[in-house]
Amino acid sequence: MLVCGGTGCHSAGSQTLIASLKQEIERQGLSKEIQVVQTGCNGFCAVGPVALVQPEGIFYQQLSVEDVPEIVSEHFLKGKPIERLMYKDPTTKKVIPIMSEIPFFAHQMFWAMRNKGIIDPEQIEDYIGRDGYLGVAKALFEMTPEQIIQEVKVSGIRGRGGAGFPTGLKWEFASKSPGDIKYVVCNADEGDPGAFMDRSILEADPHSVLEGMTIAARAINSHQGYIYCRTEYPLAIHRLTIAIQQARAYGLLGKNILGSGFDFDIEIYEGAGAFVCGEETALMRSIEGKRGMPRPRPPYPVHKGLWEKPTVLNNVETLANIPQIILQGGEWYASVGIGKSRGTKVFAISGDVNNIGLVEIPMGATLRSMIFDIGGGIPNKKKFKAVQLGGPSGGCVPEQYLDTPVDYEAIAQVGAIMGSGGVIVMDEDTCMVDMARFFMDFIQDESCGKCTPCREGTRRLLEILRKICDGHGTTEDLKALEELSYTIKDTALCGLGQTGPNPVLSTLNYFRDEYLAHIYEKRCPAKRCVALLKFEVNPEICTKCGMCFKGCPAEAIIWQKKEVARINKEKCIKCMTCFERCKFGAIF
Amino acid sequence: MQKLTVQDLHIIREKAAKRIALRCNPGKIKVTVHMGDCGIAAGAREVMVSLMNEWNQTDRDDIRIFAGGCIGKCSTEPNVTVEIIGEKAVTYQKVSPDTIRQIFKKHVLMGEIQKDMIMAGN
Repeated sequence: MLVCGGTGCHSAGSQTLIASLKQEIERQGLSKEIQVVQTGCNGFCAVGPVALVQPEGIFYQQLSVEDVPEIVSEHFLKGKPIERLMYKDPTTKKVIPIMSEIPFFAHQMFWAMRNKGIIDPEQIEDYIGRDGYLGVAKALFEMTPEQIIQEVKVSGIRGRGGAGFPTGLKWEFASKSPGDIKYVVCNADEGDPGAFMDRSILEADPHSVLEGMTIAARAINSHQGYIYCRTEYPLAIHRLTIAIQQARAYGLLGKNILGSGFDFDIEIYEGAGAFVCGEETALMRSIEGKRGMPRPRPPYPVHKGLWEKPTVLNNVETLANIPQIILQGGEWYASVGIGKSRGTKVFAISGDVNNIGLVEIPMGATLRSMIFDIGGGIPNKKKFKAVQLGGPSGGCVPEQYLDTPVDYEAIAQVGAIMGSGGVIVMDEDTCMVDMARFFMDFIQDESCGKCTPCREGTRRLLEILRKICDGHGTTEDLKALEELSYTIKDTALCGLGQTGPNPVLSTLNYFRDEYLAHIYEKRCPAKRCVALLKFEVNPEICTKCGMCFKGCPAEAIIWQKKEVARINKEKCIKCMTCFERCKFGAIF
Repeated sequence: MQKLTVQDLHIIREKAAKRIALRCNPGKIKVTVHMGDCGIAAGAREVMVSLMNEWNQTDRDDIRIFAGGCIGKCSTEPNVTVEIIGEKAVTYQKVSPDTIRQIFKKHVLMGEIQKDMIMAGN
């Protein structure tokens, strides 16, 4: 029985579940037949804690300690799987017992996450059993650094952190850069709201990242690596620390790796969680012990990086792909994909979607298939409105562009970015102006303050957006938003500022009518902006059900059976409870 | 701990791969011990223990052992079904901890069906 021990399931109680399972299996005398394994993130975080029973492939969800005796005595002892704990399709209500047949898993393709849910991330032997460290062995004994770089170039893999720079090319630049001391840095400073890809990979398969880094080190002849991980990821850091200790003990890190004479070691550097430190130059400054602020590029890190030495800086997901590229060859990796985007991409789907979780799909699959086939569509029979790709640095994609394939260029064409893989799905109840305001609030908060366009500009953008949400917007505001956005994009120092106005521009592009409604009609079409709501009941729509009355915490609603509800504005605290309670949209 | 060489790495891999294969690939041979309440009363548990011991002694990673439900032939229990992918499933009747060893060694490992133990009408 493989029980998920990722952060999601961990916080839903998988630890006590595992302890209780082991105890019950022992008690019923099955400890020789049933092994309970704690794995990394399974991906289906929405229904955690989850577990997979092999060899049958039965998937259990939302487990609790109370279910344990039944699972052990009925399923393990008598071979009768328990239907009530299985996945039910939200639309057809049909029970799907086998994991690989659940749509959420069936449409995925596990490459970067090939070991997720299979290995125990705290056991190096498990990783080796899945061909782990064979990539390093091949890179050290059978390949020259040039051949390694060539293989990575052939694979066509591009930076999975979001910018999409070809990884092989980056390594080539760093290897040709003069100097005896070079560094390999892993960027695990994942900070976008709604993104948890890197965390899950580190928790589920930390050795793949260590192996990827060692191969990169061999390619550029570096002997020291750093993993920059935010301190807010305690479980990832815990498992990385164990992984590094185990790899050192086996001689897979440190001096003379596998007896090849090649030395490479890795240290974890814990960051304090500033968004800007995901930017490569700021990240390296932070490792150097200085305040995490970006500097202009060039010089690029491959020429002058950490401590002014040539440095390769790759994202977690990129590095996790490397061992298999070396082992199976670049052409194998390039066999999947579309155009200049090869291989697979991991996304973290969240927001207004049925199946929240982690998914990996081949490049070229459409956004629609990701959100509706894997994500299971929008809950509560609501309509899809837009999807935000790339977090606060990205843009939104409305319904009409949902058939855009997952491809760096195609996504950029519709005004969003691939980003590191955060996917926030929004239903019809989302106000796009409010959404832009939320992300701008985040950006201005995270702006490091070094350059004026970002420090001052994002704050002014936020002020204007707040003004519009509060119902004081004017015609000039729209023009100012656009002008300011383009100026910031053109003049900001680093990626944070250059991409920060994207949510504003993309919502202005696709949802200008909502901005206009806020400004001219003083109306919020999605009924989200509190200042623009009247808190009145439309007697024609009201069904006199009294749901609003029962929910109001301030006793501001006047209602009797068979009577239309009214709101006492003096008592109303504008908490929005009645809006959420009313199923008919009678309150405006 | 000793520092590994490439050979050591392969040795660890072989050992771990068998253990892990159970978690990710469906295998080629399915052995199901039918363990309804009736089967357990007739001794299916002991058959399972004996089968697991036999299986643990081999290094084959394509064999999967299941605990199945009752198949409705309570009089011939314990029942065990062996299914080699691509071939017809064979159900054995009145299996004991001793005869399961024979079934495992001959049928599962070598592919020889043990005709004298097959369930009537199978």
